[in-house]
Amino acid sequence: MGIKKSVKRVDAVQKATGSAKYVEDLIPVGALHAKMVRSTIANGIVKSIDTTEAYRMPGVELILTCFDVPNHLYPTSGHPLSLDPNHSDTKDKLILERRVRYYGDDIAVVVADTPLNARLAAEKVVVEYEVFEPLLTPEAAVNNPCSLHEIRPNNELSRLDFEISPGGDVRFYNAEFSTDPKIAGRDDLIGVHYSVPTMNACHIETNGCFAYMEGRKLIVCSCNQVPHTLRRNIADAIGIPVGNVRVIRPYIGGGFGNKQDTMYEPIVGLCSMKLGGRPVAITLTREETFVNTRVRHAFDMMIKSEADADGKMTKRGLRINSNGGAYAAHTHAVTAYAITNNFQNYLTSGVQIGESSTAYTNLPSAAALRGYGIPQLSFAMESEMDDIARENGWDPVDFRLKNIQTDGFVDPFDKFVVSSCGMHGCIQKGREVSDWDRKRKAYDEFNKSSDKIKKGIGMACFSYKTGVWPIQIENASCRIMMNEDGTATVQVGATEIGQGSDTVLTQMVSEITTIAEDRLTLVPFCDTDTSPYDSGAYASRQTYISGGAVKQTAELLRNKLLARAASVYDLPIESLTIADERILDKESGQTVCTFAELCTFMNFTNDHVTETEHIIAESTFTAQSICFSYGVSFIDIEVDVPLGKVKINKVYSVHDSGQILNPALAHGQLHGGIAMGIGYALGEQLLFDQKTGKPLNNNLLDYKIPTAMDMPEVETYFVETYEPTGPFGNKGLAEPPLIPQAPAIRNAVLHATGVGIRKLPMNPQNLVHAFIEAGLIEA
Amino acid sequence: MYDIKTTYNAKSVREALRLLSENEGAVIVCGGTDVMIRIRELKLRRATLISILDIPELCEIHLDTNEDLLIGPGCCFAAICGNDLIRAHVPMLADACNQVGSPQIRNIATIGGNICNGAVSADSVPALMVLDAMLELTGADGSRVVPIREFHTGPGKTVLKADSEILTCIRIPRAKYTDHGGCYLKFGMRNAMEIATLGCAVNAALTRDGTIRDFAIAFGVAAPTPLRCPEAEALMVGKKATPALIRELRKAVLLETRPRDSWRASKELRLQLIQELSERATVQAIENCGGEIHV
Amino acid sequence: MFKTVRMTVNGKAVELAVDERESLTDTLRERLGLTSVKKGCEVGECGACTVLIDGVSKNSCIYLTVWADGHEIITVEGIRGKNGLLHPVQQAFVDEAAIQCGFCTPGLILTGVELVNSGKKYSRAELRERISGHLCRCTGYENILRALEKVVGSESD
Repeated sequence: MGIKKSVKRVDAVQKATGSAKYVEDLIPVGALHAKMVRSTIANGIVKSIDTTEAYRMPGVELILTCFDVPNHLYPTSGHPLSLDPNHSDTKDKLILERRVRYYGDDIAVVVADTPLNARLAAEKVVVEYEVFEPLLTPEAAVNNPCSLHEIRPNNELSRLDFEISPGGDVRFYNAEFSTDPKIAGRDDLIGVHYSVPTMNACHIETNGCFAYMEGRKLIVCSCNQVPHTLRRNIADAIGIPVGNVRVIRPYIGGGFGNKQDTMYEPIVGLCSMKLGGRPVAITLTREETFVNTRVRHAFDMMIKSEADADGKMTKRGLRINSNGGAYAAHTHAVTAYAITNNFQNYLTSGVQIGESSTAYTNLPSAAALRGYGIPQLSFAMESEMDDIARENGWDPVDFRLKNIQTDGFVDPFDKFVVSSCGMHGCIQKGREVSDWDRKRKAYDEFNKSSDKIKKGIGMACFSYKTGVWPIQIENASCRIMMNEDGTATVQVGATEIGQGSDTVLTQMVSEITTIAEDRLTLVPFCDTDTSPYDSGAYASRQTYISGGAVKQTAELLRNKLLARAASVYDLPIESLTIADERILDKESGQTVCTFAELCTFMNFTNDHVTETEHIIAESTFTAQSICFSYGVSFIDIEVDVPLGKVKINKVYSVHDSGQILNPALAHGQLHGGIAMGIGYALGEQLLFDQKTGKPLNNNLLDYKIPTAMDMPEVETYFVETYEPTGPFGNKGLAEPPLIPQAPAIRNAVLHATGVGIRKLPMNPQNLVHAFIEAGLIEA
Repeated sequence: MYDIKTTYNAKSVREALRLLSENEGAVIVCGGTDVMIRIRELKLRRATLISILDIPELCEIHLDTNEDLLIGPGCCFAAICGNDLIRAHVPMLADACNQVGSPQIRNIATIGGNICNGAVSADSVPALMVLDAMLELTGADGSRVVPIREFHTGPGKTVLKADSEILTCIRIPRAKYTDHGGCYLKFGMRNAMEIATLGCAVNAALTRDGTIRDFAIAFGVAAPTPLRCPEAEALMVGKKATPALIRELRKAVLLETRPRDSWRASKELRLQLIQELSERATVQAIENCGGEIHV
Repeated sequence: MFKTVRMTVNGKAVELAVDERESLTDTLRERLGLTSVKKGCEVGECGACTVLIDGVSKNSCIYLTVWADGHEIITVEGIRGKNGLLHPVQQAFVDEAAIQCGFCTPGLILTGVELVNSGKKYSRAELRERISGHLCRCTGYENILRALEKVVGSESD
């Protein structure tokens, strides 16, 4: 088979039959269970903890409090180590915290024989606090005298401020925190305010892990997207050598970035160590998974762009104030991604200024979540594009086509030259399949005579980077071992989280070696003691970076097989080639030997002459490249104005992810991303009590992810380009599909009703209020 | 694992009542979709549960000799939705029951539980209210009958004596379904797995010339308890349904409802929904009994 | 307190002493090793723990094991054919790329089996409604609907 074919998932049968094991399925019989004691205030200090009564509860084996843990800070974000201190992750977390920074912060842990006993005992832990006022927004937190972290006394975790010259040079500077509509204090950049809420990934498997010891080795099994980085963070948190930690990563029930960070692995590890290596497990409840893992940043954005009479962009200004929550995690990087993307999508001739701030606040920590800041940015950027088009009477598609990034574009920040821009093709395709031009007119006509039901069609496009070079190292490794029957076993450090990387990486090996996918075994679990290194699943990098490692290693293997055959059969290597798991004579096409014959011979020949060998190839691939994926969504809707309800008739989604290596799985990524984007657009938001910071809707009933009845019909397309830096011309795909949905729906609502929404989600609550304000509903 | 002290499985109403009297603080559980969640949240501790899931007499749906429709409170929503008598006589109730939670929830959650937990958002209750349903509450000394309009006393509170009574029958009078048309509209933020932001039920009957002869309207989540709007109803009876009358109805229901602000929905949104759903449910109910809006 | 429960699990009669505080999810996973029964919320909102009880899909997380006495339970481990072949619903999920992370998959497949056993055919709108008690965050439900249409779709034959 090989690439560019809809090979069935290598893990499909395991998952369909229930034999695929996830972390909770692997908890050893007799393991102890940990329950966190969580703060019931959002901001303050733990003055004392009394565990006397808790220790008397049945089944309790151990209680650790914030007064018992190692007193050194560690980073939680799942990035590869950066040797450049300017890009290293912020160390701001202890395993348990005396300084309470959000409602539900980890202040103690109870370990008992059953989850119920741990829970009942955890309730009995008595905590005395010194209470401070919760600071829930950047506006409240930045420059407030109550510092959340010593390392950032004014509660501003990071800034990224810059001006881009017309020649593309970037001048960085440091601005002051501001909420003023004037961007960078300039009278010619008076922004319009957009806001997007906190959201959660809602992978169906909640976060969980367990730890036990074998000799000096601490073994931690976790549903984590970046096992090798997790290993380092655990070692760092507990204060033991990296070599004493072994991380096992089984099947993962969805991650979307929310399983990239180090969460409860250090605490179960520490508990196990204190209990002589007995297994200790923690499985977060759904309620905890919502607020005690990571969330998508809420952003306040002030945006101002302008175009000249010809519809060419002349000016771009944006300020982002990002709510980073209690701990740094990825926060600075997410905001940096977002602020820079406003200056990448469209070519702009004049002034371009970006200012961004990320604040520490008393809310759950914000970090990576499918799209890494771009869904937030895109809502403001793409909404504004439609507003500009509307003000000038331009067609929103035509207006974008005049300004979009094209081949030859030099990214002002990472200084690479774009050479596979399919944005134009995506937009044209979307325009055609969605019947845009006809519907724009027909719906205008329809709306003239329809008061309650309004029809609209809107669109939005995006560009999104694959990988994170040059900010961080981008490397990955692969090992392929031949078996004597000509089958092979593939080991990668890449992480399958549902996106299909195990399948596509297997296809790549097949493509290069000719070994059929069903004769290849890609080891599904990652084990840091045996799996080769990989930075893990993020930045839509697995097929691009890990794929590079797999391709390179498979080529090494192919060359090795040819070399061994040349040697065994005493033929010139140049005369040989491979096909159908055989070594062939290039000219005659005659079979020299099968892989099975060659491997059997190499493995088992018992003489003094043959240098027997278990044929293995292994290599590390380091990328010195990055690229953009592109795409567009056209969305056809009806608005029930009096009820504030948006009904989506159809989503037309067109993407450029370079060469598509497995069409069936690739379309599946689009479907899922569209669903998540629709959730973000129409319903999802994590709510907190504004006085106490207590979460209000951290459950799947009150937090509205789409059900099958909320999903519209979707049509998905790819416009295939060839990205020269991708192993097979491919680019990232997993994250982008979410990005354009919210602004496309917003722009369709604008088309339908004339009302430009500037706040997510566009749920009935917010829409009815907006329609009342606009006079569409009589108050 | 739940914080449960002990469980009983009653095989008859009499046994359930006996167990209730013998176990202080015991809780009746049927489908468990509310009770189990309360236990998980530790709102109920060291629970003693008396299951009435296996009592056949509570799971019947049939016509009484006077053709009143009798519904066993132990019927799960799926059973009600799929029942021929219900679909023939009170399709509105089938519609309401079909909008509860999800298919798996409807396969076990019961209409009796929906009523007895006193939730203001219970989907079946507005429908039963406009049908003038009567509830039979049985204790050790016999039964009493309470109109569902008088059953709810506050959020999560009802007249049921939870330590000594069980809801044993729901009676829908023949007069309230014969020649009537009904409609229940649930408004939620999404289309499944949803708790009502607002629910509105209308039950109407017309004379031959299209005059409204009977009209009932009830709401969920429009006040601290599910409620009927008698003054708005009186406004409608004896008149023909016209756009002007419906505009009056939209205003009238606002005077009898008391929606509140919560993080789930603002008062402003609920006021808008009350008006809009009143209109839509009324138009649909009138169509369902063969009438039309007279322009 | 422990109680004895007699039930049929995946076609086999079992007699078990269970803690009466156990949910059916707990018992199936921890006493019988049937880990296809997943825990996603434990309050009946996600559908990952769905099993068939007497052929009807129910959330096993909010169902006490003691209530299963005398009943027949099916999990995904119990639906393969005698010859080891995948059930048609499983095969359709594999063929239509309806599986991504796989965590919601066993529950959805059981709802599919329930639909097959009904003997009825379903439109796409009906299928959306029938699977609305299963939350999936990966697939947007699109390929799940395609898989189910292949087996029980009213437009499939």
